[in-house]
Amino acid sequence: MPILSLAWKSLLNRRGTALLTLIAIALSVTLLIGVERLRNEARASFANTISGTDLIVGARSGAVQLLLYSVFRIGNPTNNLSWDSYQDIAAHPRVAWTVPLSLGDSHRGYRVLGTTPAYFEHYRYAGDRHLALAAGTRFSDLYDAVLGAEVAEALGYGLGTSIVIAHGAADVSFARHQDKPFQVVGILARTGTPVDRTVHVSLEAIEAIHAGWEGGAPVPGLSLSAEQARALDLTPEAITAVLVGLKSRIATFQVQRFVNDYRAEPLTAILPGVALSELWGLIGIAENALLVVSGFVVVVGLFGMLTAILTSLNERRREMAVLRSVGARPGHVFALIMGEAGFLTLLGAALGIALLYGLLLGAQPLIETRLGLFIAVGAPSGHELALLAAVILAGFLVGSIPGWRAYRLSLADGLSLRL
Amino acid sequence: MPERMTEGLSEAMPEAVEPTREGTAGTQAAVRIQDLAFRWQARAPVVLIIDDLTIARGERVFIEGPSGSGKSTLLGLLAGVAVPQQGDLVVLGQPLQRLGGVQRDHFRADHIGYIFQMFNLIPYLSVVENVTLPCRFSRLRRERALARSGTLEQEALRLLGHLDLADPALVGRAVTTLSVGQQQRVAAARALMGSPEVLIADEPTSALDADRREAFIRLLFDECRAAGSTLIFVSHDASLEGLFDRTLRLAGLNRALDGAGAGEGE
Ligand SMILES: Nc1ncnc2c1ncn2[C@@H]1O[C@H](COP(=O)(O)OP(=O)(O)OP(=O)(O)O)[C@@H](O)[C@H]1O
Ligand SMILES: [Mg+2]
Repeated sequence: MPILSLAWKSLLNRRGTALLTLIAIALSVTLLIGVERLRNEARASFANTISGTDLIVGARSGAVQLLLYSVFRIGNPTNNLSWDSYQDIAAHPRVAWTVPLSLGDSHRGYRVLGTTPAYFEHYRYAGDRHLALAAGTRFSDLYDAVLGAEVAEALGYGLGTSIVIAHGAADVSFARHQDKPFQVVGILARTGTPVDRTVHVSLEAIEAIHAGWEGGAPVPGLSLSAEQARALDLTPEAITAVLVGLKSRIATFQVQRFVNDYRAEPLTAILPGVALSELWGLIGIAENALLVVSGFVVVVGLFGMLTAILTSLNERRREMAVLRSVGARPGHVFALIMGEAGFLTLLGAALGIALLYGLLLGAQPLIETRLGLFIAVGAPSGHELALLAAVILAGFLVGSIPGWRAYRLSLADGLSLRL
Repeated sequence: MPERMTEGLSEAMPEAVEPTREGTAGTQAAVRIQDLAFRWQARAPVVLIIDDLTIARGERVFIEGPSGSGKSTLLGLLAGVAVPQQGDLVVLGQPLQRLGGVQRDHFRADHIGYIFQMFNLIPYLSVVENVTLPCRFSRLRRERALARSGTLEQEALRLLGHLDLADPALVGRAVTTLSVGQQQRVAAARALMGSPEVLIADEPTSALDADRREAFIRLLFDECRAAGSTLIFVSHDASLEGLFDRTLRLAGLNRALDGAGAGEGE
């Protein structure tokens, strides 16, 4: 293809502007495919927030709301779930295990979760990953606390640090459980889930710190010391939600119906996977908008190429006449210009992908530790390849505009040298 | 772009007469024009009317005429970039108006060397690449060049040597750094590459000084004689006239100029 080698040489001759155009296209491709990649990884990681749990049970509410407060620690439940109901659910013949969750308190903006050691056993994320301790042990004493990775890192806590829990989600000084400090005995490894932002204590501890409290404030004269509280019966009257594991998945709907039809109080059981995708559907709009914006960035990059080639065209009319004089057909002239656009687009796309992979490889450890988002640096997905193909196709379409113009000019000019 | 075939061309159009150097060459004219009329666009005025013109093979013809008299237009017609709306235009035995656009491009690539007034060279190609450019578009000329020198590069260097451009330092330079006279000689080497039957030069010396002008024309003559090519040379400079076999004055030849205000004068 002699004309393509001419196109290549002409491009090299104008490597200054060509390089700028190339960079614009490469960056826009990096952005587009990068956004697509991140979007998929974020969606996958989101769907991986909780796994291995078959049902989440709480007071009657919408599925998304229950998911938000029980898993993401966002918002508050409208109601609690009585301990008796919990016992009934745990006793259901199809239920293999249950993990009670009690929420409501916080420590310096991080939610405090009261639960049982079964939580460390059964909470799973990203497919089949268990919670692992980066340091220390699980809680065993009443006033032991296990921190999520982010809590420990952000607040600079280590094993042995003494912490005070505040009543409610807001960190207001007069509502602190000052008299019953906790000791950090364990720090969890990073998971990239809301677990990282949670302070874990035992279910009994939640009871203990609220002994002598009523309506969100300590009742004067009723307060008990930390040691006195140990003597109380610390079985809670109510909890916030329950994670339920079934003996067999086939029973999911049977148990869900059992919970939803529960007589003693109105309850809701949700399937975490279904609720997660419902929630993603809500926030997915933003993610689509991001993709559309990066698509427009590609369009801008291609427009840059169009401008550069169209501008060069007038200076190159002489060159076209010379080519025509040695026997080039108008089709050759079209191919010459088209070839340049093609080279720029293909090279730009290749460069953009190379840049993306370089960035991913470089930033992968950082993204994983900072955001807890694990990005697989694998081959491009089918969807990514389709996007790339669309960019290349658009590049050729854009190139055909100056190509067609050069074709018309070379026909009209013939062998006259126009300046 | 698929590699085009000169053989395939003649198969594709049985009516096309493939021009030859031998055989009928003696009797066949290089150019034969009868009752030709041409306008650039359908609405534009007729710029060229030529009743009868014959240029013999191997002839060196000087074409002279005021600016706007249609010299370049005539050369364009001979090169097959445009076709006359009326009359016959036969180049090397081939009636050009019977060929399609693509076939005329092939015809030009195979049989015609063309030199412009200036800016002849492709800026992003080396001197040798510029000279061998016609061989990218014509298999015939490539084969002729190869038959002569073995490789295209050698043939290019041979022609450049004949045109006093043998200096390797010069050949290696970017074409944009060559002087105008050097550029014109490179252009001449390109036009001569693969020995086309017809050499067309449109004011190739107007950017040269008087001494160089004549030297350039003598070099061109030598090469045309060696290749047996017909030379059609356009210039404003009447002092060169004497060097040629014949002079054609468009003022008399082009009847489109007889009407009022066709030419722009000088
Ligand atoms: N590509 C073109 N399209 C339309 N009209 C053209 C084109 N080339 C030339 N013309 C017109 O044809 C006429 C003859 O022009 P031409 O270039 O043949 O003159 P010329 O004799 O070569 O002049 P000069 O000595 O200035 O080069 C002019 O009126 C010119 O405007
Ligand atoms: Mg002219």
